[in-house]
Order: sequence, then structure tokens, then C-alpha cells
Amino acid sequence: MRMLALLALFWIAASPQVGAETAPASRWQKLAEDGLHDPANPGLAFLQEPGQALSRLPPDVVGNRVRWVEALRQGMIAPRASIFPGTQIRVLDGDVIMPRTGEMPMVRFPHKQHTEWLDCSNCHEALFKSKAGATPVNMLEILGGEYCGRCHGAVSFPLTECNRCHSVWREGTGPDHAGKP
Amino acid sequence: MPANPDINGETHRAPQGRTGLKKLLLVLLLCLSAPAAAEYADVVLNKRSEAAGMPPVIFQHWFHRERFRCKVCHSELGFQMRVGANDVLMTDIIDGKFCGACHNGSLAWGPENCELCHSGLPGLKTGIRGDAETRGPGRW
Ligand code: HEC
Ligand code: HEC
Ligand code: HEC
Ligand code: HEC
Ligand code: HEC
Ligand code: HEC
Repeated sequence: MRMLALLALFWIAASPQVGAETAPASRWQKLAEDGLHDPANPGLAFLQEPGQALSRLPPDVVGNRVRWVEALRQGMIAPRASIFPGTQIRVLDGDVIMPRTGEMPMVRFPHKQHTEWLDCSNCHEALFKSKAGATPVNMLEILGGEYCGRCHGAVSFPLTECNRCHSVWREGTGPDHAGKP
Repeated sequence: MPANPDINGETHRAPQGRTGLKKLLLVLLLCLSAPAAAEYADVVLNKRSEAAGMPPVIFQHWFHRERFRCKVCHSELGFQMRVGANDVLMTDIIDGKFCGACHNGSLAWGPENCELCHSGLPGLKTGIRGDAETRGPGRW
């Protein structure tokens, strides 16, 4: 059942036109209509509407409909990296290629973009070992909220975006060979 | 689907069939995700609030991540990346822990603004919201 749904997801995600139709960039719920905030709460008037803030950032079609990595890279947002003096801010530049992807293109995990947001301890050693290939990652567990799925699908761009992770084509395959974008 | 110049035969019918199926699956997926209209990554915290007579707390990731990197909350302040994993008491917040590390009247407005945090509809369950939930088996 889960495998079927996984295939269905890929089927849809592999078709760019369909992805674009599903999430017009202008779709941000009003707080009073989001099913979470109580419209009767007078405090609501003091809260910022997501659409007001997020429509100014580089657009995406999924998640918050914002390309957060781009927003940070272009300096459109400047989120603080610490609030206590003396906290060591650790960043790392280095990709890990994760090859156990069956028929799918391989996964490129970029440390740079991640450590700009996250500390090493958010992933090491509880989610991932600090050794390429040492962690038994697989897609079903990711979809179940483990490994990459701890963040992707919850806070970071969702798991429907297969090709943002599965971005490294094996030799003899690729856009020219498979006819995919 | 690209237009197929060959009008007869299966090569033309097959892609049409697939488009139809794709649409069907899409509708199915949209239906599954329809009830969650909340902004992606909004968090409901209601382990104790309603039981203690306060509306549930709504925490918005989108608002905070514009201002703070994940590592501030999830490393410096010790919020675990599992909704409900932290036991947050109002006394902790007033003592400057959790939300109170910032909502202290200097870095951000203080804990006296109850209704800005306790802003949820009655009956909400603790959890992560948004239109692409992946939490737990069968919930994505
Ligand atoms: C790292 C610091 C930090 C932490 C931790 C933090 N906040 Fe905030 N929060 C802020 C800042 C800064 C603002 C903006 C304040 C302002 O506009 O004056 C804010 C604003 C808000 C807002 C109003 C958003 C709006 O639309 O104006 C809410 C609601 C909120 N926080 C809830 C929470 C809750 C609930 C927690 C704990 C679960 C929390 N915050 C933890 C820094 C923090
Ligand atoms: C978002 C999660 C995440 C963060 C944050 C993160 N890493 Fe990693 N790291 C990974 C993954 C995934 C791998 C690959 C693990 C595997 O293949 O089993 C990895 C692998 C490594 C490796 C082994 C690389 C190799 O080629 O063998 C080292 C060393 C490492 N990380 C150090 C760090 C350091 C230092 C930081 C903080 C500056 C950090 N990581 C932050 C996810 C992360
Ligand atoms: C957040 C990143 C990410 C996204 C998004 C993602 N994957 Fe994966 N996927 C991975 C990683 C990591 C692996 C394991 C690679 C390894 O261990 O070498 C994997 C493995 C796989 C595998 C190999 C078999 C298995 O069960 O592990 C398949 C098939 C797969 N993914 C399909 C998909 C499909 C289809 C989608 C889109 C619906 C998708 N993936 C989206 C990261 C991702
Ligand atoms: C601890 C949280 C966390 C985990 C675990 C995590 N990511 Fe991410 N990832 C992020 C954040 C935050 C971003 C920034 C973009 C966003 O939030 O949508 C990001 C962005 C990315 C990007 C886009 C980079 C770019 O240049 O745009 C890729 C690719 C990616 N992640 C792959 C992975 C893969 C593969 C794994 C698992 C091996 C993984 N991530 C695990 C938090 C995480
Ligand atoms: C201002 C503080 C703050 C910032 C910044 C923040 N978070 Fe969170 N996050 C929280 C709180 C509070 C919770 C709920 C924790 C709890 O209930 O114990 C949470 C929960 C989570 C969860 C758990 C979701 C689940 O499915 O249970 C994930 C994953 C997560 N955050 C990822 C991130 C990522 C990735 C970033 C950076 C892009 C980030 N957070 C930035 C405060 C923050
Ligand atoms: C910065 C955000 C914030 C503000 C402001 C705030 N709270 Fe809370 N409050 C929380 C969070 C987070 C929890 C834990 C939610 C849960 O799991 O139920 C909580 C829990 C509570 C609880 C239940 C737990 C306990 O300790 O008894 C009560 C009662 C409560 N708050 C009352 C108040 C009152 C009264 C005010 C105004 C004077 C207030 N809160 C202001 C965030 C806030």
C-alpha cells in the first residue's frame, strides 16, 4: 500500500505541469481561516498574515511557497545564528552522494545549505552517522518521518519534490536518456 | 503531454490514459490533504493548555525562521525536533526558558501577551500542521 502511494507520488511529481497547477504561488491562508487560529481572538489582529510576509520572498510551489535557501543566499532574510554570546557556530561545506536509490537518480546531500540553518547536533549522531554510507537510510522510513523526513515534509520542502534530493543521474541515464526534465 | 502527430493507434491513446489516471491520483491526494489548511509547519502545542483553561498555543515556523536559524531553537534552546517532546510549563517560560528565552520583553514581547500565543481554536491536538504532513505511517 505504502509502496503504491510512493509510486503514485513519483508519478505525479515527475510531471512538471501537474505540480505547477496544484499550488499557485498566491495561495496563503488567512490566519482567521486557517483552521488553527480562533477568529474570535482579539489578539489575531496583532499577528502578521503569512501572505504578507512570504509573498515578498523567492517563490516556490510547495511548503511555505518560499525558496528558503535562495532567500538566505540573496540576503533577503538575515536570521540570527545564535542568541547567547559564545555559542560556537559550526558550518561545513561538503556534499555527500547517497547512491542506494534503486532506479532513481542518486541523492546529493549538501552540508553547506544545511549547516547554514542547522547545527551538526541536529543530525549527528542521532539521525545520521558522520561517515558516508554508514546510515541505513531508506525511502519508506523517510516518508514515515525518519532521517531526511524528520525535517522534509514537516518544516523544510516536502517529500513530493523527489528530484531536489534525487538530483545526480547515473552514467548512461539522465535528462537526455530518460526524457525527464 | 506533447501532442502526438500520429492520430491512430495505441501510441496516442496510451498517454491520454495516463494523464487521466494522473489527474485521478492528484484529486485523491488533494482530498487527502484538504483538511489541513494551516500554513506549512505551523505547530499546535496543547499538552496542558486547554486542560488548564487556556486555548491551545500556535507556533509558526515560517515567522520565526525569517528571524532565527533552526539551530537557535533546536540547539541553543533545546527544543527537540519532535512536536510534543518538550514539556513546556508556563512557569518555565516566565523563568526565561523555551519560548521565554526570547519572549521576555526585551528580545521579543513578553509572556503577559497571553492571547498572542494561546491563539488556537478549542479542541486542537498537539502536532505539526500544513498541507504536506509526513508524520508517522499513513499520515502523509
Ligand atoms: C529565538 C527567539 C524566539 C523563541 C525561542 C520564540 N520566539 Fe516567538 N517571536 C520571536 C520574535 C523576535 C518575534 C517578533 C516579535 C516582534 O515582532 O516584536 C516573535 C513573535 C511571535 C509571535 C507573533 C507572530 C506575529 O505574527 O507577529 C508568536 C505567536 C510567537 N512568537 C510565539 C512563540 C511561541 C509559542 C514560542 C515557543 C514555542 C516562541 N514564540 C518562541 C522570537 C522567538
Ligand atoms: C541536516 C543534517 C546534517 C547536518 C546538520 C550535518 N550533517 Fe554531516 N552528514 C549528514 C548526512 C546525511 C551524512 C551522510 C551519512 C551517511 O551517508 O550515512 C553526513 C556525513 C558527514 C560526515 C562524513 C562525510 C564523509 O564523506 O564520510 C562528516 C564528517 C560530517 N557529516 C560532519 C558534519 C559536521 C561537522 C556538521 C556540522 C558543521 C554536520 N555534519 C552537519 C547530515 C548532516
Ligand atoms: C529529502 C530528500 C529526498 C526526497 C525529497 C526524496 N528522496 Fe528518495 N531517497 C532519499 C535518500 C537519502 C535515500 C537513500 C539513499 C541511500 O541510502 O543511499 C532515498 C532512497 C530512495 C529510493 C531507493 C529505495 C528505498 O526505499 O530506499 C527510492 C525508490 C526513492 N528514494 C524514491 C523517491 C521518490 C519516488 C521520491 C518522491 C516522491 C523521493 N524518493 C523523494 C532522499 C529523498
Ligand atoms: C534537521 C533538519 C533536516 C534534515 C534531517 C534534512 N534536511 Fe535537507 N534541508 C533542511 C533545511 C532547513 C533546508 C533549507 C530549505 C527548506 O527549509 O526548505 C534543507 C534543504 C535541502 C536541500 C536543498 C538545498 C538547496 O540548495 O536548495 C536538499 C537537496 C536537501 N535539503 C536534501 C536533504 C537530504 C537528502 C536529507 C537526508 C539525507 C536532508 N536534506 C535532511 C533541513 C533538513
Ligand atoms: C523560534 C524557535 C524555532 C525555530 C527558529 C525553529 N523551530 Fe522547529 N520547532 C520549534 C518548536 C517550539 C517546536 C515544537 C517542539 C515541541 O513540541 O517540543 C518545533 C518542532 C520542529 C520539528 C518537529 C516537527 C514534528 O514533525 O514533530 C521539526 C522537524 C522542526 N521543528 C524543524 C525546524 C527547522 C528545520 C527549522 C529551521 C528551518 C526550525 N525548526 C526552526 C521551534 C523552532
Ligand atoms: C510566548 C508564548 C506564550 C505566552 C505569551 C503565554 N503562553 Fe502560556 N504557554 C505557552 C506554551 C508554549 C505552553 C505549553 C503548551 C502546551 O503544551 O499545552 C503554555 C502553557 C500554558 C498553560 C498550561 C501549562 C501550565 O504551566 O500550567 C497555562 C495555564 C498558560 N500557558 C497560561 C498562560 C497565561 C495566563 C498567559 C498570559 C499571562 C500565557 N500563558 C502566555 C506559551 C505562551
